[in-house]
Amino acid sequence: MMAEQTVAERTITLEVFRYRPEQESEPTFQTYEIPYREDWVVLDALNYIKDSVDGSLTYRWSCRMGVCGSCGMMVNGVPKLTCSTFLKDYYPHPIRIEPLANFPVARDLAIVLDDFMAKLVHVRPWIIRRQEEPLEAGEYRQTPEELDRYKHFSMCINCMLCYAACPIYGLEPEFVGPAAIALAQRYNLDSRDQGGRERMGILSTHEGIWACTLVGECTTVCPAEVDPAGAIQQAKLASALGWLRRVLVPWGNK
Amino acid sequence: MIHRSEPFWWLLFAAGGSAAAVLAPVLILLTGIAAPAGWFPQAFAYEHVRALVSHPVTRLVLFGVIVLSFFHWAHRFRYTLAEGLALKRAWLPVAVVCYAAAIAGTVSAAVVILKL
Amino acid sequence: MRAYSRPTEFNWWLTNRTYFFFVVRELTSVLIAAYMVFLLVLLRRLAAGPEAYAAYLRFLGSPGMLLFHLAALAAALYHSITWFRLAPMAITLRVRGRRVPGATVVAANYAAWLVVSLVVAWIVLRS
Repeated sequence: MMAEQTVAERTITLEVFRYRPEQESEPTFQTYEIPYREDWVVLDALNYIKDSVDGSLTYRWSCRMGVCGSCGMMVNGVPKLTCSTFLKDYYPHPIRIEPLANFPVARDLAIVLDDFMAKLVHVRPWIIRRQEEPLEAGEYRQTPEELDRYKHFSMCINCMLCYAACPIYGLEPEFVGPAAIALAQRYNLDSRDQGGRERMGILSTHEGIWACTLVGECTTVCPAEVDPAGAIQQAKLASALGWLRRVLVPWGNK
Repeated sequence: MIHRSEPFWWLLFAAGGSAAAVLAPVLILLTGIAAPAGWFPQAFAYEHVRALVSHPVTRLVLFGVIVLSFFHWAHRFRYTLAEGLALKRAWLPVAVVCYAAAIAGTVSAAVVILKL
Repeated sequence: MRAYSRPTEFNWWLTNRTYFFFVVRELTSVLIAAYMVFLLVLLRRLAAGPEAYAAYLRFLGSPGMLLFHLAALAAALYHSITWFRLAPMAITLRVRGRRVPGATVVAANYAAWLVVSLVVAWIVLRS
């Protein structure tokens, strides 16, 4: 602690969104002036505040290395993983930190994520078989080429930055949204899966893929390079071509 | 009805977007700027243009790009209205008005091009 | 505990640069469709005879109409560029099991655009 105070001549200002439901009905911004360190990320700054300035500040974090997906927040209005957003990219300007947009705020920087969890399950993100093979039949095998078809869609860390970046989700909370559709598409493209039709029944609705207008921000902010916007467009194309096939070849609908 | 037929409207939108992306700039340059500005007077002489559009392939391409551009517009415009102005409750009437306009445009395009 | 919700305002697309350019991209379709209406009228005047055609070309040559067509050209170019840029998101091509890189798809789109534009210009302008 002593060493920290002598080194810290330079400071940076953080404007942090505060919402304490037991004492206020409207959120406020609280300003903290804290030591500036070139190698600090925004999460380090928040941890400094929590440890040394104001223990009441609430936020989520875990791994500090961009894997767990729990420290997503709005940094100057842009959804970011705070564990990989450096102070030096903003210094000497103040940084405004808010909870992820489009989600209800439980407390301070912690959002309510029930809606996202429900949507993940809603799209049936697991391998669906018409009939499970008996154990003796061995595992379902897959070639590297087959894996390559969906692999990038499987890299999602459920950080919800894409939901915070999506204006459609903000306008229509029923929208299934980028990460859940990308995950559904990950299983649709899996050679071992046979649940494509079932899943497309859920996806090819207004609340599913058709609410999307390809703003494209979900893909821009994704820290895991999942490209949810691409997943949604591919699902649209698949749904439209499936529809065309049913219209042109009605007898082939088996 | 619109919700269930979404793939159909989206296909028209996608086809229109592609047709317009490839053809709109050159068409605008030719008929909107070069012809009225008096560049290439022989090319835009009445007889020459008349002969050009009398060819069935020209007519088909013109009909295709014009009509698909209308449906491309209808799709984008209805989403922009409903979302840009947060008119969620007007979703259905906005869609009906936009597609009705595109269908009316299709009928007039068919009449004009058949009479050429 | 009461959660605090922050509903999206109707002016959401004015609050962020990328959202604004998204709406611009969507609204290019208005100018393109409007141009197609003028093109249809041109075809109608063409069918009506040489005088009607010449009069309509004079109308299109008025400053206001030239300005409109310049705006429509800018809109159409913006539409083409954004359309080709986004196309590889929807269309994934595979050659011998490997995904064709998005940049290759975009480059192929541009090449097709150039070829079609040159062919159309050549057909119209040869005399």
